[in-house]
Amino acid sequence: MESSAPSKEMPVIEMRDVSASSLRDQSTIIVEKVNWTVAGSDYWVIAGLQGAGKSDFLMMTAGLMAPAAGTYLLLGETMPIFDEPRLKHRLRLGLVFETGQLFNHLTVLENVVLPLRYHYDLPKSEAQEKVRDLLEVLELGPWADSTPGAIGRNWQKRVGLARALALKPEVLLLDNPLGGLDLRHMHWWLTFLEQLSKGHSLLDGRKITLVATAADLRPWKGRARQFAILREKKFAVLGTWAQVEAASSELVQELLPMESHA
Amino acid sequence: MPLPRSFTNYVGRKLFRFLLTVQGLGAFGLITLAVILRKARIARHLMRPVIAQEVARAGSRLLPMFIFVSVALGLVVIGQSVSWLTRVGAINYLGSIMVIVVVRELGPLLAGLLVLSRIGAANVIELGTARALGEVEALEALGIDPVHYLVVPRVIGMALGTFALTVYLILGALFSGYLWAFIQDVPLRPGDYFQQLAGSLSGLDFALLALKTIAFGFIISLVTCYHGLAQPLRLEEVSFATVRAVAQSVIACILLDALFILIYLVA
Repeated sequence: MESSAPSKEMPVIEMRDVSASSLRDQSTIIVEKVNWTVAGSDYWVIAGLQGAGKSDFLMMTAGLMAPAAGTYLLLGETMPIFDEPRLKHRLRLGLVFETGQLFNHLTVLENVVLPLRYHYDLPKSEAQEKVRDLLEVLELGPWADSTPGAIGRNWQKRVGLARALALKPEVLLLDNPLGGLDLRHMHWWLTFLEQLSKGHSLLDGRKITLVATAADLRPWKGRARQFAILREKKFAVLGTWAQVEAASSELVQELLPMESHA
Repeated sequence: MPLPRSFTNYVGRKLFRFLLTVQGLGAFGLITLAVILRKARIARHLMRPVIAQEVARAGSRLLPMFIFVSVALGLVVIGQSVSWLTRVGAINYLGSIMVIVVVRELGPLLAGLLVLSRIGAANVIELGTARALGEVEALEALGIDPVHYLVVPRVIGMALGTFALTVYLILGALFSGYLWAFIQDVPLRPGDYFQQLAGSLSGLDFALLALKTIAFGFIISLVTCYHGLAQPLRLEEVSFATVRAVAQSVIACILLDALFILIYLVA
């Protein structure tokens, strides 16, 4: 199994012999012996067919459950972090769920300000003021007072992104962000993620580390910088797009339908 | 003759499941108490309105129904007892009977069961659906403690709501009780009736009433939140979880009531 070259700086994500289980059934192992290093400002895409365990692996990476085996460090701290004193460290990582996973009893605006209000004990008006730019950039203003059930799926995903960005994370994990989107929204996401990766004014120009999962590699060509695949409990780092195209693996060809391979 | 193996297996499984539930509920209760104490100062701007909303939901919004039930309760108790007390010449015990039946027993238990049916069942459905749709994972991903954000407001709301509603239910039943007695031509002046009530009440009644109703609210919210939140659920399992939670809450309330009867007997 390949591993990416270790960075001279502290890696953002560092996994050694990590195994991950399913979030729903922790006795089921979905991936084993992952050795993976993600450097600061990297932009990764983890590809795999549906049911390969990408979401569960991402949930484990986000710290929602402990690795079934091995060591996982996030910015030098052992994950998962459930204790209160180290919570701030964990909040350096944000997670965007595949379907947004919004709180249906709250409005779009309330969803986005919730983490700010909880962690910084801000009054409602102050928290809303803080996310005004975020909503504007993500074009969510018209939906601010709607509940998630009243808006389309494309916009729900974007609310999930806004909520994850409200705490200005350094690492952003995205579970199948392009899944089920129409072309216009897909283009918006790819452009916006690229801007985040290069440093967006929303995050004070700071470059952010991105890790996204995908079932189709084609849209990521020329966007993401590093690729890996997940198949049959194995996590394999492919490298850059050129290395993806050069890969002869059957799975890579399945994930690149209609593309020509070397 | 030994019992059939299938029967003993069945009983054993039931017993084992019961013990696991008791263990789970106990742990969940302790965690909730710890969160209430440790996180009382966290996110107060956010949590206060959420708690106030839950108090209103399990309290003032149920008041119309409770007024109706209190009038009906007064009728049931007085309607039945007056004719019997008149026959045996013990009408002077009407106030005492109202205190024993309404203040100590029926009032708190009925209030608890009504809160369970109106709010407890809704709790399981709301939390179970949130759990099935991944909202709990979303809270955890945002570093928000689900017990703090989802359970604590419900526990406080239901404990305070049950207490307040029981007080209204009892007052309503005592007043309507006299009204029904008056309609039945019972030779009892209002002053005598309320004197009988006051004479039958002791400080212990007030203390135990408060304790009992708060305990009912606490137990009901705990059992319903536990079944909605503490275990992974799929959408199709939410209805089963609701049925289980309601049944267990009723049993827990009755057992708790029995415990308070023991306390009354000892005290």
